[in-house]
Amino acid sequence: MQKQFIVLILLAVSSASQAGGMYQHPDAFLTAAFDGKAPKPKFIWFTGDIGKSATTILNHKPASLRTRYWLKEKRSVWVLEEVGKEKPITIGIIINDNRIEKIKVLIFRESRGWEIKRNDFTKQFTNAELSNDGKLTQNIDGISGATLSVKAVTRLSRLSLYLHSQVTKNNGR
Amino acid sequence: MIYRSTLIALCFGLAGYAHSSEDVEHLHQDIEQVKTQYLEMQQRLDAALTAIEEQGKGEQGKRDGHGTSGKTYVGGYGELHYNNLDNKTAGGSDKEQIDFHRFVLFFGHDFTDKIRFNSEFELEHALSKDTADGSNGGEVELEQAYIEIDLSESSSAKAGVFLVPVGILNETHEPPTFYGVERNNVEKNIVPATWWEAGAVYTMHFDSGLNIDTAIHSGLLTSSSSNYAVRKGRQKSANATANDLAYTIRLKWTAVPGLELAATLQHQADITQGTDATAGSANLIEAHAVWQKGPFNLRALYATWDLDGTGPASVGADEQTGWYVEPAYRINEQWGVFGRYNEWDNRAGDSTDSEYSQIDVGVNYWLHEGVVFKFDYQDQDVPVGKNEFDGFNLGVGYQF
Repeated sequence: MQKQFIVLILLAVSSASQAGGMYQHPDAFLTAAFDGKAPKPKFIWFTGDIGKSATTILNHKPASLRTRYWLKEKRSVWVLEEVGKEKPITIGIIINDNRIEKIKVLIFRESRGWEIKRNDFTKQFTNAELSNDGKLTQNIDGISGATLSVKAVTRLSRLSLYLHSQVTKNNGR
Repeated sequence: MIYRSTLIALCFGLAGYAHSSEDVEHLHQDIEQVKTQYLEMQQRLDAALTAIEEQGKGEQGKRDGHGTSGKTYVGGYGELHYNNLDNKTAGGSDKEQIDFHRFVLFFGHDFTDKIRFNSEFELEHALSKDTADGSNGGEVELEQAYIEIDLSESSSAKAGVFLVPVGILNETHEPPTFYGVERNNVEKNIVPATWWEAGAVYTMHFDSGLNIDTAIHSGLLTSSSSNYAVRKGRQKSANATANDLAYTIRLKWTAVPGLELAATLQHQADITQGTDATAGSANLIEAHAVWQKGPFNLRALYATWDLDGTGPASVGADEQTGWYVEPAYRINEQWGVFGRYNEWDNRAGDSTDSEYSQIDVGVNYWLHEGVVFKFDYQDQDVPVGKNEFDGFNLGVGYQF
């Protein structure tokens, strides 16, 4: 039986070089979103009312002073991070005319809840909008054992919809 | 005279015009200089902010880390319980007590993007005294301490002390994630949660939504003195006897959002680790479903042990079985209500009355997604002569 332990551990160590929790590099997501012609990035600052609204949506202050986005006409792309249970999840979000066009989990670092990367989960967000009370207009069914990761993705989807409304309202500041 | 005055005025005017033109030129130069300085300042500000943000994120793009590398993580959970239970059995003592049941700290560290450490350190019942006979009421426990290695995008391995992949609550038991003040008695007595062992796990997950965990780990050590109850057999990885290891496999399917179907099988060659010639191998079968659709949530679990040997059979412990079903309704983000029916029997192998059942109804109030207040009422039905506790429980729990 001890041999089985050793074999399993050796297998793990020898295979470690193939590892990675990155499902898609943020740059690749951006390139794909704009068919290889991504516009120059802009920044939106978490100051004033925008900062207050972002804090309300996230349930905490944003981790940075500003965030980068890419805007072309009515489409914007956001690469955002939010902690699920203990570690940040990196998510790419495309907003098109105030609706979610696509959400993709780019980097997942938690030890549980990998299921949020699956298309069956993320496609629930497609076409979701922000309601007047700041919630999503579509119900999102969760994943057992990954409640906090699901909530993190939901918060970021709401934040990106809100930020999109702000940058398109102000013609991209 | 008029002509001369006009000429003088024109000269002064031209001179004045010439003076203004120079000013305009200087003004243009000043504006260009200010624009250049503004752009330089903006570039410097961008560079400084980027540097600050990158510093905050650490090398791997991870925020909220601690320690000098920014790759060490701290988390935790805890729960305070108040039990007000009447003992319906004649001569039995009521249970009215307040207890900080669990205070838990998580520590994790990322050595690289692919190699990490996770741990769970727990103080139970708020106090652990060093007494000669160990009778102190509390425990300090190391429930998790393992190295996890990502082998590929869809597989990983763990080595160390880990939570056995079985049941609904065993791996995910932070108070805001479940209904009821106390953890349900089926998972407590049959699974038996919280259950951790030392060994290794290999995990594969597939895009089809299938997740497979295969584990080799230390096993239980039951004895006749406790009627071979599996919960009493947990060695908690503390100088654990390892004459006979255990093998666990779990299949979990989560292809449909909101739905989890899972089954665990475990085999141990000798559940007494060779200390009891009348006992032998043990097999666990556990299956559960979790279904969340909108505000509705349903949990159902069944688990059963089959213990070989005349020893366990002589006290009916050759079969230890339990199940529960728990419908719940989330009224809004703050409030949720639930009901649960539980049955469990650690001596189900004979015809003796040894079955427990319990009905729970209650409410959770989430002040924040990481903070929950709980209330529930329980009504038990127990074997003759055993303590039957009916009453209510209050609790507050948190996780971060």
